[in-house]
Amino acid sequence: MNIDSINSGIVIDHIQAGNSMNIYGLLGLDKLQSSVAIIKNCKSRKMGRKDIIKIDGEFDVNLDVLGYVDPGATVSIIKDGVTAQKKKLSLPRRIVNVVRCNNPRCITTTETALDQVFVLADDPPRQNCGFVGDPGTRGLYRCVYCDAAKG
Amino acid sequence: MKHLIQISDLSEQEIDELISLADDILQDSARYREALRHKTLATLFFEPSTRTRLSFESAMLELGGNVLGFADPNSSSATKGESVADTIRTVECYADIIAMRHPKEGAPLAASMKSRVPIINAGDGGHHHPTQTLTDLFTIKREKGRLTNLVVGLCGDLKFGRTVHSLVHAMSRYDGITFVLISPEELTLPDYLTEGPLKRDNVRVAATNSLVSTLGELDVLYMTRVQRERFFNEADYVRLKDSYILNRAMLEHAKPDLAILHPLPRVNEIAADVDDDPRALYFRQMFYGKIIRKALLISLMRNYECLK
Repeated sequence: MNIDSINSGIVIDHIQAGNSMNIYGLLGLDKLQSSVAIIKNCKSRKMGRKDIIKIDGEFDVNLDVLGYVDPGATVSIIKDGVTAQKKKLSLPRRIVNVVRCNNPRCITTTETALDQVFVLADDPPRQNCGFVGDPGTRGLYRCVYCDAAKG
Repeated sequence: MKHLIQISDLSEQEIDELISLADDILQDSARYREALRHKTLATLFFEPSTRTRLSFESAMLELGGNVLGFADPNSSSATKGESVADTIRTVECYADIIAMRHPKEGAPLAASMKSRVPIINAGDGGHHHPTQTLTDLFTIKREKGRLTNLVVGLCGDLKFGRTVHSLVHAMSRYDGITFVLISPEELTLPDYLTEGPLKRDNVRVAATNSLVSTLGELDVLYMTRVQRERFFNEADYVRLKDSYILNRAMLEHAKPDLAILHPLPRVNEIAADVDDDPRALYFRQMFYGKIIRKALLISLMRNYECLK
């Protein structure tokens, strides 16, 4: 199966097979006016099967959540038909409305208008770019309301 | 500090200032009789309470302020399904400061995100109880003369005991603290504390399930109740409720200047024959609770006036 290469945009590669639709929703790609290609279950030497998302054009999208949802994914920024930058994913310090708190005693179970907010329960950030943690690992997050853990 | 949601909202310096203000109130209460005149405290208790609510209300009245609120959620619109956010938006129209207890963990934090006036967490489920911790710290400071270099035994329900969680947070920051965790295996301290403040601050920790064997080493013994209301399974509660019962005979093994604290209410975990022992400080602790809450109310209202 062939998908045309993009001239300018973002390619999210090495997504775990089956995870691309989840990422499509979490990144809010459905709200973009750009062309988005989702390639599911393509062959990969490293992974066996993988998903790829290609987003065409210039746009503003926050990729932070990718580090939590699929830490093994890779992000390439394409400009003028060539890879201008490869982004390394790290764990975001804070994730909002990505996972739900499972603690039945948590206020979020009854106060449904609240955002589901989790913060990385790691040592103080090792970098100043807003990301912490090791690429490829998921880290331990805690609900800001009740401190319940989410691996 | 605008709100007090958990004890770590306060720096060591802020805790010292509150204790110092509480000392001053204790020495010259007349000077503070009008400190919060024309101010109103709302006490919103979605869960039962005797000491915390009454000490807040008593503190506010003795500072010249007014009090309104409810002690039973069945008498509020919470029974009609009103959200915490809407309750707070309502109450802030009638009060200058709010003390809130709620069975759901994180409810006071959610309230503080919507409130224009200061919110004080008066206990949220099995999570935090920062004003009890201020009470405990003030009691220890008054009775032991220091908050450093102490061996503190925490006994009973360390899993759901919110007073224990807040105390661990607070005392971990002081030098030379050793915690002895005494609990059944099912009620050990949550990992967010063992992996969090205890690890971060390199606090010395020992864990045991025997109270008698460690009693002689302790400077402070903090007893807690196994709380029926935190269990989903009654059989588990019945099995664990009498895991530890401190009695007078056991105190023969303890230091002569041991400080025995309890956030109260107690059920069976401290026998009545301990009450007359000079080391039993839990009734005096309640009195100190009112004084430190006075200091907190004054301090939060001062900050709020500055921020306005």
